[in-house]
Amino acid sequence: MEDLGNKFLQVVVALAIFAAIIGLIMLIVDRAPKSFRDKATVIGFLAPAAILLVVGMIWPAVQTSLLAFTDRDGNLNGIENFVWMFTEPTALITLRNTVLWVILVPLLASGIGLVYAVFIDKAKGERTLKALVFMPMAISMVGAGVIWRFVYAYKGPEQEQIGLLNQILVWFGGEPQQFLLDAPGNTFFMIAVMVWIQVGFAMVILSAAIKGIPMEIVEAARLDGASAWQQFRDITIPSIRGALVVVVTTITIITLKVFDIVRTMTAGNYDTSVIANEMYTQAFRANEPGRGAALALVLFLMVLPVVVYNARVLKQQRQIR
Amino acid sequence: MSSTPTIPPVPASAQPGETPAGAQPPITRRVKQKLTSRGATIAAIIIATVWTIPTLGLLISSFRPEENIQRNGWWNVFGDRELTADNYVDVLVSGGSQSPNLGQYFVNSLAIVIPATIIPLVIAAMAAYMFAWGKFRGKDTMFVFIFALQIIPLQMALIPLLSLFVNLQIGDFQLLPSGSYAQLWIAHSIFALPLAIFLLHNFIAEIPGEVIEAARVDGAGHATIFWRIIIPLSVPALASYAIFQFLWVWNDLLVALVFSGGTPDVAPITQRLAELTGTRGGEWHRLTAGAFVSMIVPLLVFFGLQRYFVRGLLAGGLKG
Repeated sequence: MEDLGNKFLQVVVALAIFAAIIGLIMLIVDRAPKSFRDKATVIGFLAPAAILLVVGMIWPAVQTSLLAFTDRDGNLNGIENFVWMFTEPTALITLRNTVLWVILVPLLASGIGLVYAVFIDKAKGERTLKALVFMPMAISMVGAGVIWRFVYAYKGPEQEQIGLLNQILVWFGGEPQQFLLDAPGNTFFMIAVMVWIQVGFAMVILSAAIKGIPMEIVEAARLDGASAWQQFRDITIPSIRGALVVVVTTITIITLKVFDIVRTMTAGNYDTSVIANEMYTQAFRANEPGRGAALALVLFLMVLPVVVYNARVLKQQRQIR
Repeated sequence: MSSTPTIPPVPASAQPGETPAGAQPPITRRVKQKLTSRGATIAAIIIATVWTIPTLGLLISSFRPEENIQRNGWWNVFGDRELTADNYVDVLVSGGSQSPNLGQYFVNSLAIVIPATIIPLVIAAMAAYMFAWGKFRGKDTMFVFIFALQIIPLQMALIPLLSLFVNLQIGDFQLLPSGSYAQLWIAHSIFALPLAIFLLHNFIAEIPGEVIEAARVDGAGHATIFWRIIIPLSVPALASYAIFQFLWVWNDLLVALVFSGGTPDVAPITQRLAELTGTRGGEWHRLTAGAFVSMIVPLLVFFGLQRYFVRGLLAGGLKG
């Protein structure tokens, strides 16, 4: 109880300090001499954000870029960290896994999300069906990791299974498997978890886009006798192409940075590591900040083109509307 | 086009023989359409079931006695019908050294998330107001630059930020000691800013200029306008972003691992849960209950504020 009070006090004190700082800024802004007031206003309102961003994000990002070219003692070592990344077998597996994630997750999540959005469109109980599939988006990836570790749980063939997937295997006469230990299958079983989470995101956006297709076009196609498949291929897909691109690129970016799932399910062991996880391991566990920084830099360079493309499509879409 | 007769969507459960009045498409096509829509609904229900079962299995297991969880799968609950809340008592309140003490970590999550949502929201709203209604040179360039900061992944800032926090001291007094919430509050606030400023700017810029002009004429300063007019009018945007930031911080693992130090005094519940899966991955009675304790807050937000939640999430898809 004492502990609880102490924590509560810390939060209250922090918020009070923050309120005092903001209050002081507001006071200065309103009381500044008239000639200087406009300048004081701009500085006062922008300074907190500017200071935090420069000190906490821009300057660190520059430092990380430099750090990528140093060894564990901080001496410059040229491109050695990158040579390590692209030659060391374990590092290569990390890269290969990242590529697998980044191809499969956006493809499967968008595909399943699209099909599901079409299937439930105007169906009875659409809201409930949506909520069920969207729910995984709300919980943490750590929570999702626990949920799926339990689905993949393994017991020896002589015991009763407690994991659903192994039980299904046994029902069909198979042998129980160590899904998360045996490479390379384990990576695919973790990719499934990410797909499980992201389908909800894809479905919600695509469903909104489908509802935006003008009724007249759909009616005209129906009167012309177009089959469900023809309607899907010739009307639905072209009409929602913009939304589809946004969904795929957004999921690609999220997947490139995936960390929690791998950390929770295997901690990157058994050949399952990905760049974001390896970055953490090298920088904060293996005492190799140079390698960690190099991995962060590569991650940045991989995300960059996708984000730029995504932003451009979003802008185009806004202009159309 | 309004003269086109609209065919009402056929409900999957409609009885055969019930002809919707009005439109009369050929029998064969109508039957076919009914079949495909029925097939689609069945397929959708199957997908929804597959998507729900993993969570349901965990939920059921969290209420089964420990021996039952270890003996057989959760689907046997319909046979043995034994349910208990012991697992929750164990993970939340039992004080033994073996207990996961999740209650403490749950409090930590709350203590982290409240300031880490309020602080960036206020700072971002102030900056957004200046970018929308202030007049100064280089405004547009600066705004585009902040928007562009969203491309920097979290990972690019972690290592230097940690050493900055460690080295930030006056004499021997460390300003932001490790093992306190302060590092987490500040780190989360920083990472939230680019997106928050961008989204709030888009909203605040839409506020009619006459409202602000009228207040100016009455002699109100920027501070007054900001707190009396801008903030109250921006509540929908603030709420959407607050919910998104709240969930982002609550569900975060990476920032917590780097900055919390991992002690029961500071670490959030996600970090504790991740730790438990590593060290005691076989104690399913604790993991199942623990996972639900960590999920209960996001689920309440999800089911209670679904509309805001979706809006916030769509806006924040690119964060981190």
